[in-house]
Amino acid sequence: MAQLTMIQAITEAMRTELKNDENVVVFGEDVGANGGVFRATENLQKEFGEERVFDTPLAESGIGGLAIGLSLQGFRPVMEIQFFGFLYEVMDSVSGQMARMRYRSGGRYNSAVTIRLPFGGGVHTPEMHADSLEGLVAQQPGLKVVIPSSPYDAKGLLISAIRDNDPVIFLEHMKLYRSFREEVPEEEYTIPLGKAAVKREGKDLSIITYGAMVRESLKAAEELEKEGFSVEVVDLRSIAPLDVETIVASVEKTGRAIVVQEAQKQAGIAASVVAEITERAILSLDAPVLRVTAADTVFAFSEAEQVWLPNYKDIMETAKKVLTF
Amino acid sequence: MATKSNQAKFDVKKQLEVVEEQFQTLQILNEEGEIVNEAAMPDLTDEQLQELMKRMVYTRILDQRSISLNRQGRLGFYAPTAGQEASQLASQYALEKEDFILPGYRDVPQLIWHGLPLYQAFLFSRGHFKGNQIPEGVNVISPQIIIGAQYVQAAGVALGMKKRGAKSVAVTYTGDGGTSQGDFYEGINFAGAFKAPAIFIIQNNRFAISTPVEKQSAVSSLAQKAVAAGIPGIQVDGMDALAVYSAVKEARERAINGEGPTLIETLTYRYGPHTMAGDDPTRYRTSDLDNEWELKDPLVRFRKFLEGKKLWNEEMENKTIEQAKDDIKEAIKKADAEPKQKVTDLISNMYEEMPNNLVEQYEIYKEKESK
Repeated sequence: MAQLTMIQAITEAMRTELKNDENVVVFGEDVGANGGVFRATENLQKEFGEERVFDTPLAESGIGGLAIGLSLQGFRPVMEIQFFGFLYEVMDSVSGQMARMRYRSGGRYNSAVTIRLPFGGGVHTPEMHADSLEGLVAQQPGLKVVIPSSPYDAKGLLISAIRDNDPVIFLEHMKLYRSFREEVPEEEYTIPLGKAAVKREGKDLSIITYGAMVRESLKAAEELEKEGFSVEVVDLRSIAPLDVETIVASVEKTGRAIVVQEAQKQAGIAASVVAEITERAILSLDAPVLRVTAADTVFAFSEAEQVWLPNYKDIMETAKKVLTF
Repeated sequence: MATKSNQAKFDVKKQLEVVEEQFQTLQILNEEGEIVNEAAMPDLTDEQLQELMKRMVYTRILDQRSISLNRQGRLGFYAPTAGQEASQLASQYALEKEDFILPGYRDVPQLIWHGLPLYQAFLFSRGHFKGNQIPEGVNVISPQIIIGAQYVQAAGVALGMKKRGAKSVAVTYTGDGGTSQGDFYEGINFAGAFKAPAIFIIQNNRFAISTPVEKQSAVSSLAQKAVAAGIPGIQVDGMDALAVYSAVKEARERAINGEGPTLIETLTYRYGPHTMAGDDPTRYRTSDLDNEWELKDPLVRFRKFLEGKKLWNEEMENKTIEQAKDDIKEAIKKADAEPKQKVTDLISNMYEEMPNNLVEQYEIYKEKESK
């Protein structure tokens, strides 16, 4: 086993699938010779050639259309949109087209497309790079939305995403790309889409979260333990579909829950998680389910990230409100 | 001190004129059905010429019957096609079975002649998923409602064919209004950059609903938009079946020889409204304009041409009309017999493997449907 960063694990997943399946093609802006703006596709073109790994003109909508068309010809496109904020340019191809392909053709066609998009705050990017827009795509029937929080999960989930015969949005948090290493098996393995992972067991409170907020939640859980609280951390890993079973099982055990996301309160998917818990486990609740989110403003100017992004302290504060309700 | 600032550095007027000159309308048959460009005559046998006429007559009847069935409430969404037969059918006639068509919402006739059963076209109109379940081996996708989306997708289909080493092309259609979309430009530009075997057809019927083409763009021809992608652009008389066929055939040859895509503008007209959903062309079109274009009717001139060659007569025309009417009657009957859609059908068509939320909802609706 090797100690890999999340970005290396992502490259490994693509290498594995390029090797396994000749229909896999990787493309986007600067993913070829350059190896991607974050080196996610480093050396892949050298290894598999320009037919398999190639650059495109600078036009997100065109990239989406290219993926749909290639899929209609039996390819398995792994397309990259350089930053999630540029999703708006390709929203029709994603939500208006590939998400609906199987349904609109009555199963005759499908879009076996994986869309990789870096996102997330904490690294002082310019405007429209870090926005958390997962709430938009999670609302579109026909898509699956995956957000790994660790190198191990990233590799297994990306292999699953590429093998899935329906479109999968694979969101990669930029702050997690190189912030830590983890043991990642060299051989191929998959992690099922739509399955959450309990990253820490506890019995007093469930923290349900995803993306960069998983690490913040684990840190908060550690601090809370020092104060005598046993906290469970559920990493959703897929936000569409939600793993309602794991969420409900955790809440039924602890009786208290908070949902933590980096997105603004009116965005993200925390409200859906709260609704599912309310519908399915209200009799287990000893307190209302509260949310930790960013404020309902446009994503912060980079110098204001630190005061704007939710962190472990916000999580502790909300956790205590629920624990002492 | 003398300054040159008042002197024009570029002859901008000349620049526009030179571009305009590059996009002259290709015509082979004039309105009287006379050959005016022998050199461009496509190589078609007598039988092929008759078949093309048959298809155009058939499709004119299909349009008339569709409008009438729509008025009776026996069809739903319908975008009239009368006037565009040469543009739609002669272009499709230049294709091979392995070519893939990505149509717009008005391009149902091309799909039918490429192999989509008529009753499925009617189911598409009514809003039934079975209308879009294209038979295996028929290389089309159902009509695209988002104007421009078919263009970027065509670039992808064409690139796929190129990667497979196939000797086939992707063909897509949009209207004059659609050339203002970003996806229109991105589609032709991508296909150009990848030298992909695509044929992009603009059917310029002069109006996008009520907006005349002059309000879409200041260009002197839509074909010249190809210049922005660095690909060939051809303007043809879209009421002339032979010119349309010839332009598409040539573009196909270039494409399968690895020379990349072509943009073809057909100058055409729709005699009917934009769609049957309440559009009234008298609000924005003059009867003078309608009359002027009716003189250009693609059926009239092709009929004259074939009659001159003793390849067409009234009997053949009537036989075609009767055939069309019979087929349409049968197809509507077959569409009527299709079982009604259930929510469980719609759920089943969403994913290969049903996610949890749909598994749950499937059970709920199955229970409802069993009552």
